[in-house]
Amino acid sequence: MREITYLQAITEALREEMQRDQDVFLMGEDIGLHGGIFGATKGLFQEFGPHRVRNTPISEAGFVGAAIGAAVANTRPVVELMYVDFTMVAMDQIVNQAAKLRYMFGGKARVPLVIRTQQGGGRGNAAQHSQSLEAWFMHVPGIKVVVPATPADAKGLLKTAIRDDNPVLFLEHKLLYGTKGMVPTHDYTVPFGQALVMREGQDVTLVSYSYTLLKALQAAEALANEGVSVEVIDLRTLVPLDLPTVIASAQKTGRVVVCHEGHKRCGAGAELAALVMEEAFDYLDAPVQRVGSLDVPIPYNGNLENKVLPQAEQIIAAVKAIL
Amino acid sequence: MDLSRDQLLYMYRMMLTIRRFEEQAIEFFTQGRIRGSMHLYIGEEAVAVGVCSALRLEDYITSTHRGHGHCLAKGARLDYTMAELLGKATGYCKGKGGSMHIADLDTGNLGANGIVAAGVPIATGAALAAQYRGTDQVAVAFFGDGATNQGVWHESLNLAAIWKLPIVYVCENNLYAITVPAREALSVTDVAERAKSYNIPGVVVDGNDVLQVYQAARTAVQRAREGQGPTLIECKTYRYEGHYKGDPCVYRSPEEVRQWKETRDPIKNFATFLMEKGGVSPQVLDQIQWEVEAEIAEASRFALDSPEPEEENLYEDVFVSC
Repeated sequence: MREITYLQAITEALREEMQRDQDVFLMGEDIGLHGGIFGATKGLFQEFGPHRVRNTPISEAGFVGAAIGAAVANTRPVVELMYVDFTMVAMDQIVNQAAKLRYMFGGKARVPLVIRTQQGGGRGNAAQHSQSLEAWFMHVPGIKVVVPATPADAKGLLKTAIRDDNPVLFLEHKLLYGTKGMVPTHDYTVPFGQALVMREGQDVTLVSYSYTLLKALQAAEALANEGVSVEVIDLRTLVPLDLPTVIASAQKTGRVVVCHEGHKRCGAGAELAALVMEEAFDYLDAPVQRVGSLDVPIPYNGNLENKVLPQAEQIIAAVKAIL
Repeated sequence: MDLSRDQLLYMYRMMLTIRRFEEQAIEFFTQGRIRGSMHLYIGEEAVAVGVCSALRLEDYITSTHRGHGHCLAKGARLDYTMAELLGKATGYCKGKGGSMHIADLDTGNLGANGIVAAGVPIATGAALAAQYRGTDQVAVAFFGDGATNQGVWHESLNLAAIWKLPIVYVCENNLYAITVPAREALSVTDVAERAKSYNIPGVVVDGNDVLQVYQAARTAVQRAREGQGPTLIECKTYRYEGHYKGDPCVYRSPEEVRQWKETRDPIKNFATFLMEKGGVSPQVLDQIQWEVEAEIAEASRFALDSPEPEEENLYEDVFVSC
């Protein structure tokens, strides 16, 4: 174990999987010599060459579509989309093609494709570069959705994604890239569909993932100082979803708050709240609460942006509302 | 032309097979045995057969919503294809795809597609995989004139051109994008002119002449296999049926349809060619016709007798289970 950043963890996962498997190659905008706009592929072009670290034109629909074709034709492409907002440009490819080919072909095709991208606000990138769109993809059967919060998970989950024979949308968060954490030095993977209880508690359960998990942990710490015992769950993957861990916790605490940076309306929290009510209604002592971004486009101004994105204070308030 | 008599007769047989297959499909559709939408290839058979005759089994194709012809010409079985149209468990997609989504990876067919132009980047990616893995496979993307107005079509041609991918883009220009005439929807007279933007060869052929199509495809496939990059081939052709089965065809005159059928039918004209220039007797062609009829009848029986898919398999194949 040693301490590295989330970004370094991503780069390590890419490097190790490319060393392990010749079929793995990277495609994306500015990922070559430049090393990616956030630096996730830094050094890989020099190490593996232009054949395996492939700069693309600014042509998201075209190269995501090509990656799907390459995946069906026995390679394992890992595509970088610079911002999650740009998935919208390639939406037909992701939703109508990647997610559906296997099913509509009766199980004939495999689509071992990873689309890596980063999402979230907090840097003043404004409405078209700050969204959190995981709920859009959770809605579509046929694509896995991964939302790591820590460096160790970022590396282990990315390795699992690259080895998976299905299309995977791997959602990093721009504010997590600089965060540090202990990461094993040996080859390891983190399985999909296994949530992690980050902090045990008795009074209320906070369900979260990605960057908002850090705020949920801050909220839990502050509430502990006031004598409230908070359990915090990191979902790590949304598809597949580890519902049993959430339900077990809901049965124990009787109170659940779901926190994420996606907009509150039709966000992942709506689905989780409904699932908790369907599976654990008799155990609940209060309605399930949701904390998400306000239902407006993400504004540029820093003060306004902070108001729109969920903060620890809103999570604390949501907990207190049901105590 | 370097084609043997057997190859010429194969082309005739395959065009006839596609036509008879679809005539049978019309019957099943009318009987209510085929659901949803069905887009017929009748009239365009020379394109699929001419192009696929220039390909190897391991080469890739992507097809379109009008895909039965590509599927059969690439080597798919009649029985599994017909079973898929009837939604049966024995069909190529176990009844989950239907007419618009037939794929057969064993013959390199990466699937028909319900989204116009969506197969084009997929074929481009298959060509990229071939180049990446160092195989000498070639990919072909089939699409209509309407698809060439989609963004991904242009993006794909650009990608293939800058990376010199082993791919042939085959446009089936049947003059109408659903109901809109090509002359109203295209900025160019010939789709092939669009190749200039991507600095690749663009050629126009008579898409109802199987030998012209074959010749152009063979040149383009060879070029692709030798690492010289993509080619765009525009095949001028015509669909006898409407866009879909049931289309009232208000956008074209019965006279226009009649003229194409009478003077430019790809099968009839090829039969004449075979008899006049190829020394093939009418008896040989009759024999092929009977054999095709029998094969279609057998495939139809298989499809009709096949079981329906089980409800318990509904959740199967959403994901590869790991």
